[in-house]
Amino acid sequence: MSNLQETWVYLSASPLFHLTLTLVAFQAALKLFEKAGRNPLLNPVLGAVLIVVAVLWATGTDYGTYFEGAQFVHFLLGPATVALAVPLYRQLHRVRQSALAIVASLLTGSFVAMISAVLLVRVMGGAEEIMISIAPKSVTAPVAMGIAEQLGGVPSLTAVLVIVTGIFGAMFGPMILTVAGVRDWSARGLAIGTASHGIGTARALQVNETAGAFAGLAMGLNALATAILLPVLWALFF
Amino acid sequence: MLSYLTLIFVCQLLGELITGALAIPVPGPVLGMVLLLGFLVLRRQVPEELDRTATGLLGAMSLLFVPAGAGVMMHFRLLGEALVPLGVALILSTVLTILVTGLMMRWLGKGAEE
Repeated sequence: MSNLQETWVYLSASPLFHLTLTLVAFQAALKLFEKAGRNPLLNPVLGAVLIVVAVLWATGTDYGTYFEGAQFVHFLLGPATVALAVPLYRQLHRVRQSALAIVASLLTGSFVAMISAVLLVRVMGGAEEIMISIAPKSVTAPVAMGIAEQLGGVPSLTAVLVIVTGIFGAMFGPMILTVAGVRDWSARGLAIGTASHGIGTARALQVNETAGAFAGLAMGLNALATAILLPVLWALFF
Repeated sequence: MLSYLTLIFVCQLLGELITGALAIPVPGPVLGMVLLLGFLVLRRQVPEELDRTATGLLGAMSLLFVPAGAGVMMHFRLLGEALVPLGVALILSTVLTILVTGLMMRWLGKGAEE
């Protein structure tokens, strides 16, 4: 018995345990999502995060210890982003065909994402610091945090808002687009990638390769557009 | 598989180096994606092995956000006092962004549809 306990103490501090926890939690959340007929409310990323947080909380594990194991999964985000070039290459003829439409829609969406978030927080009486922190919420985390820091926001708050925006967009984006009558896969992908970066792109890829390619493209372009436009807009209007 | 996984890592590393050195405001992996796209344009086709490697990585992409997501949930108290304005702004702004981008692309992209 004490042998088992010792082994547990050893394992619970080793990277293997938290790496496995991440994988098992995701498999469980994915099973649930599939069983429920892909109900968007049971989004697998959200489900897995909730399971992981519950286990960490129950075992009194701090996030740093968890991340020592989970970093191996987290690390693959970079290579996965690079790999988006493959579906994008397959859609290159469609991207070329509608390059102007893509750029115009993306810039408009990027603009709406920033301005609407800032104005809504302002109307509800939020502080300036909060307005800056939410402005880049639709952009992939490292870029969003950099912009928030540069303009005097709170980068860690921005990171929270970015992830929640991504999960929300992945959960409800497809439904919103269907209700609005947007059926074309390239338009659906572009909208989800612009609004909810990589998490939305991952969702789009599961549904359709064209949507995934356009979402990945939109994620990259919106990071660039927001990084350039937001500091200018902020200086002009506030 | 290993050779194309290496190519993907090389693209990411070059992306990180270039964005860092030139202070370009995009993440290194995004520039890495552009570099790999350039490679594919030059090759004029997707090598089968690269396709398999990329499909494997992209199939797991949702999973890759779980560690960062868990970090976020641990910091929820940051949302604290501003929960209502932040929550409302986040939801409305995201819905609006999706609608505007999607509808505009549908409208402008009409001519290009086959």
